Amino acid sequence: MARRVLLIEDEPNIIEAISFILTRDGFTVHTHEVGETAMAKVRAQRPDMIILDVMLPGRSGFDILRDLRADPQTATLPVMMLTARGQARDRALAQDLGVDVFMTKPFSNAAICAEVRRLLAEAPRDA
Amino acid sequence: MNATGARIRARRLDAGMSQRDLAQAVGISPSYLNLIEHDRRRVAGKLVAQIADHLALDPQMLSDGADAALIRQMRGAAAALADRVVEVEQAEDLAMRYPGWSRLIAAQAREVVALDRKVQALSDRLAHDPALATALHGVITAVTAIQSSAAILTGETPLDTDWQARFHRNIGEDADRLARMTAALVACFDGPGGGAGPVPVVSPRAEVERVLDQTGFHRPWLESGGAPEDASDVSPAAAALLHDFDARYAADAAALPLDLIGPAARRLDFDPLRLAAELGRPLPQVMRRLATLPDAPPLGLLDCDAAGVVRLMKTVPGFAVAQDRLCPFWPLFTALGQPGRPVVAQVALPGPPQVRLICHAVAEAAPHPGGPHLPPLIAALMLVRPMNPATVPPDAADPVPAGPGCAICPRPDCPARREPAIRQEL
Repeated sequence: MARRVLLIEDEPNIIEAISFILTRDGFTVHTHEVGETAMAKVRAQRPDMIILDVMLPGRSGFDILRDLRADPQTATLPVMMLTARGQARDRALAQDLGVDVFMTKPFSNAAICAEVRRLLAEAPRDA
Repeated sequence: MNATGARIRARRLDAGMSQRDLAQAVGISPSYLNLIEHDRRRVAGKLVAQIADHLALDPQMLSDGADAALIRQMRGAAAALADRVVEVEQAEDLAMRYPGWSRLIAAQAREVVALDRKVQALSDRLAHDPALATALHGVITAVTAIQSSAAILTGETPLDTDWQARFHRNIGEDADRLARMTAALVACFDGPGGGAGPVPVVSPRAEVERVLDQTGFHRPWLESGGAPEDASDVSPAAAALLHDFDARYAADAAALPLDLIGPAARRLDFDPLRLAAELGRPLPQVMRRLATLPDAPPLGLLDCDAAGVVRLMKTVPGFAVAQDRLCPFWPLFTALGQPGRPVVAQVALPGPPQVRLICHAVAEAAPHPGGPHLPPLIAALMLVRPMNPATVPPDAADPVPAGPGCAICPRPDCPARREPAIRQEL
């Protein structure tokens, strides 16, 4: 069964590009665009990993990551953060909150695919 | 080395001249010169001029030493890089022997401080200028989308024509958006507060707000009767503003101490109108106290004069606006038109996410000190409280549609629009 990636991002063309490359690599990709309902989506979808934008309408990616790590069901779920703000303090905050990979925009498609493969290879199935 | 004699000795040795030769040249005995050099005889006037002449120096350099301000600056330069070993005690000696190099050290130290301030100003601008941050974020987002789509199109894996057309269209859209965002970004630097020439230095008001932000505008030492302190880590202009803020804070705290306003505020749900009525204090004072209370919900504050210029702003999540281009629909401006009469209004900021704010505003007219024939100074204060979307009653009246500033406001048909929006929805 294909591993499921939940992409939480609000830019339509970035959603389309990332969905395309990951689907082509054999992953099942679900997408969500609104920060404030993201946790409900995670609980409903039970993805194998999450790609999370920082700047989201409604709720920031940092807040969502904090909630993910506080919930025993998602505390160890692999999370890759995407951000257009690559400042050191954002990176440090993401690391403090328990991010697995912090990727700065613009990124390369190959890097996204490689990191998703790596994170899912390390993650147990049915996480 | 402070005395004239010691300076003469140092410079004579620099010149490789014996005591005997110098003494002979100026017509005194070597033993007398020896006493002078060890500061056991005073020396002044004509003799200093003669000695200076023979040592090819300005007499003032011997009598007064090097410029005290220059030495202070050189010591400051050494202190700024405290991890370097510098012979600080020989600063005066260096300044006397090599005044040109010494002035260069001092000038470079000043330059470093100025550059540090500019870097800080730029970094503050990125953090606090919503228009610039929005434009930059838009540029990076568009570049990311273009790069990702282009990599798919040019990759080794063939694409069917439908996908090709789709990504071509996306790149076209993003390229168009990138062009607009880039123009907006350039405008941020060319427009007010920008600057095509020198890097803009952060305004004194922004400096003050940065200091106040560190404690949520709360100043604990002023709550217990402490006096305003002079801030040393801001510019003199900002220090003066901060002193004024602290003086008023202290007066407000004395009139409404924490143990009085704190419990009352919690009981009356931080409603400034009910608090002002119950405590019998002026509404602006109550609003200022609420915005600086510890352990309170996030309360923003906007202080603006009748020309619409922001004098102080406390931002809170949901309330961050372009300060030099305020939306005219803020209730603050309604209040400015009717000094003394409070205005209470719900405001909606465009989303996503839609933000609702409850705003209390009131204007005050202070008589002109030059006499009643001159116009009063009118200024308004607005307390802003973000509302929890879940607690907005479904039957609430329609909120006032305000915005964060035209450049970053996406409302398409606003009658108050002054300039096109940077934010472009796809």
